[in-house]
Amino acid sequence: MARTLIHAPTTARKGEVIEIRTLIAHPMETGYRAGADGRTLPRDIIRRFACRYNGEVVFSADLYPAISANPYFAFYVVADASGSLVFTWEGDNGFAQTESATITVS
Amino acid sequence: MSAAWMAPDRSRRAVLAAGLGAGLCVAWRPARALSDELTNALRGFTGGAPTREGKVNFDIAPLVENGNTVPITVTVDNPMTAANHVQAIAVFNEKNPQREVISCKLTPRMGRASLSTRIRLATTQQLVAVAKLSDGSYWTHTVDVVVTLAACIE
Repeated sequence: MARTLIHAPTTARKGEVIEIRTLIAHPMETGYRAGADGRTLPRDIIRRFACRYNGEVVFSADLYPAISANPYFAFYVVADASGSLVFTWEGDNGFAQTESATITVS
Repeated sequence: MSAAWMAPDRSRRAVLAAGLGAGLCVAWRPARALSDELTNALRGFTGGAPTREGKVNFDIAPLVENGNTVPITVTVDNPMTAANHVQAIAVFNEKNPQREVISCKLTPRMGRASLSTRIRLATTQQLVAVAKLSDGSYWTHTVDVVVTLAACIE
């Protein structure tokens, strides 16, 4: 399991636009670099990121090798109901990770 | 006495002014036209639909010291309502091994069309951010970036 950092408010007013920031520890090996033995290192990247709010995808992204190691995303979501924010990362070599945060909307 | 003394001084001022003017011309040079590489990449994203410059703001440092992590923010001037929202944002580069940088799908539930992330840049190059709106129009913002330490070399 890769380490993740998720910044999302735990409480919000209904209709408020909240900022969500996520970071995941991952080398994002591009597949273009040479290793110590001179041979090209195989690609190992996260290809897809998605954020679901109460089961519905609100934001998703396809990633390419040009994304830095330890991919970071900051985006906004409208807090319209209490519930869960679920973040998923999927990538090469069967990489898959899911993290969640709960939010209370008043 | 004073006339003979003033003449060379004036010409020196003229030379200095000309030099300053030339420097300003370089600094204010408008962004160069979209390269063929980027035009092709954009065509792949839009499916041949026309793109217009505007609405999108691609925020990136013009001078990058380390190409391994370059913070970028793409913001689109849009209310993000069900009737009028940004459906997708993509970023393309000119000189990395692959043209694509990121391609995202947005929904009206985001409330604000803004995305920040960190990217790699192999060398000094041109980048373009493109947004697809719900009315089917495409808007772009092109930036030129100077990279002093490149990614992907070591």
